[in-house]
Amino acid sequence: MSLYSHRRRVDAVAKALCWTGTLFGLSWLVLILGALIYEGARGLTPAVFTEMTPPPGSSGGLLNAIAGSLVMTAIGVVVGTPLGMLAGTYMAEYGRYSKLSTVVRFINDILLSAPSIVIGLFVYTVVVARVGHFSGVAGAIALAVLVVPVVVRTTEDMLLLVPGPLREAAAALGLPRSHMLLRVAYRAAKSGIITGVLLAVARVSGETAPLLFTSLNNQFWSTDLNAPLSSLPVVIFQFALSPYKDWQQLAWTGALLVTIAVLLLSISARALSSRGNYK
Amino acid sequence: MNVGFNRQTRDDSVSDLAIVAAQPRAAEVERGKVLRRMALFDFFFHNLTRSAAILVLLILGGVIFSLIYGSLPAIRAFGLGFLTTESWNPVTEKFGAVAPIYGTLVTSAIAMLIAVPLGLGIAIFLTELCPHALRRPIGVAIELLAGIPSIIYGIWGLFVLAPFLQQHVQPALISLTGDIPVLSSLFAGPPYGIGMLTAGFILAIMVLPFITSISRDVFDTVPPVLKEAASGVGCTTWEVMRYVVIPYTRVGVIGGVMLGLGRALGETMAVTFVIGNAHRVSASLLAPGTTISATIANEFTEAVGDVYTSALIELGLILFVITFFVLAAARFMLMRIEQKSGA
Repeated sequence: MSLYSHRRRVDAVAKALCWTGTLFGLSWLVLILGALIYEGARGLTPAVFTEMTPPPGSSGGLLNAIAGSLVMTAIGVVVGTPLGMLAGTYMAEYGRYSKLSTVVRFINDILLSAPSIVIGLFVYTVVVARVGHFSGVAGAIALAVLVVPVVVRTTEDMLLLVPGPLREAAAALGLPRSHMLLRVAYRAAKSGIITGVLLAVARVSGETAPLLFTSLNNQFWSTDLNAPLSSLPVVIFQFALSPYKDWQQLAWTGALLVTIAVLLLSISARALSSRGNYK
Repeated sequence: MNVGFNRQTRDDSVSDLAIVAAQPRAAEVERGKVLRRMALFDFFFHNLTRSAAILVLLILGGVIFSLIYGSLPAIRAFGLGFLTTESWNPVTEKFGAVAPIYGTLVTSAIAMLIAVPLGLGIAIFLTELCPHALRRPIGVAIELLAGIPSIIYGIWGLFVLAPFLQQHVQPALISLTGDIPVLSSLFAGPPYGIGMLTAGFILAIMVLPFITSISRDVFDTVPPVLKEAASGVGCTTWEVMRYVVIPYTRVGVIGGVMLGLGRALGETMAVTFVIGNAHRVSASLLAPGTTISATIANEFTEAVGDVYTSALIELGLILFVITFFVLAAARFMLMRIEQKSGA
């Protein structure tokens, strides 16, 4: 009987620890979001969206940083998505059982979690060191390299979910594989692939490390992609570590903006994929 | 272009029927043309996708090659001594990687010590204890933690967590462990707030969602029959987890932990904010230190001269090699559990 009560006690303790652990984990999310909203919302004025990043001691906004981030993320996604989709298509369709696909799958999974700062160093040595100066293009390339593995992974996973009979039906009509893919498989996997792209955007829009020494930073308005380009994460990094109160406030506000954007993207991606599941 | 393409083939097949009797030849020729065009496009598309797949390999090759190429000057200057030298002096251009490597390993170890039990606990909670209605919201909330960019963890760590630890946690740690031989040297020195312990804390929060979601997924691969059998012979919930579920999923859980470790090793921005960036090896966890990624992030744009830049790239190479093996091992283990659940 005492053995049994001992086991009951161990069980109760373990369950209690799991409960507290979960509450502990969730409290981090609440604490981080709470601090962000509390500190960030104070500085959320229209000037943030209309003025350039200021020199220390004067007021300003984050317009050039926001614009730079949008431009580089857009180029990165536009370059990285088709590449990732094509590679994912090869792995799920043409080369599903080939050696090449196994190797690419393995390498892609490693790229997916490789430190992003290493990607920054890669683009630095390949682009920045060759050209001789930092540029928005280099930053966009670094982001594209980060987009590719995410899209490859989701495209492959989603195409593998497309039922085989759909493919066979298309083949029975005499369509070659490329037509089956473009007209049948991509349509069936559409919401999943869009989810992957959204997740990729969410991932790169908060990336800082690969931009530090590719696009660097620019205090002024610039649309020249061949020159250093400002981005929100890099500005947050620079301003938060500065001793100036105005800059720190702008860093918090920028952090709030980035987080809202990233969380909205990942929540909509999740909503999209769960809707796709019910269909 | 494809829309037109397809409609054309459909029209062709309709007209085929009409013409078949009268002019078999012309229809045959037309059909052959279309089929050839389709086959050509298929050949083109096949090779396009294959080149994209090969390009993924080339990216990895390019990363490795460019890092080795970039670190050649430092390798020539310091040789293997780079891995055993502690000094990091940009003025005399003497560089050694001991302090950053040490910091990287120590912060990651702290992170894993906190995140592994916590992550497993949450995964057990989500699969076994959680009321059904809460399962999805809590799972999503934990995964949102993974979505928050690392720079946000950094700014939060610097302005919120570090002052809190400095004022409330670290003094307590120092006075509590003051008389215990080993622990007192681990928690020695003034409470700076920033330092290796704080960095490890932040990393723990960041890798927690990865460990949780992978453990939850592999726990779900356990056949219900096994769990029901264990419960049937009278096991408590904890005993089912401890003696059935965890042994069954061991490889997958270790894979998830390694994946989290890979993240922790390479994490840059969050650590850069709170590590203190001091190039020294210190036994105290409260002391400022540096990690490989923090060193690169802090110093790269200010690095003057080939040797300095190249030493930083060599640090990147070391980081990449370490994470490559950790991640490769993780993937290998996760692949094994996938095969198991598939079979």
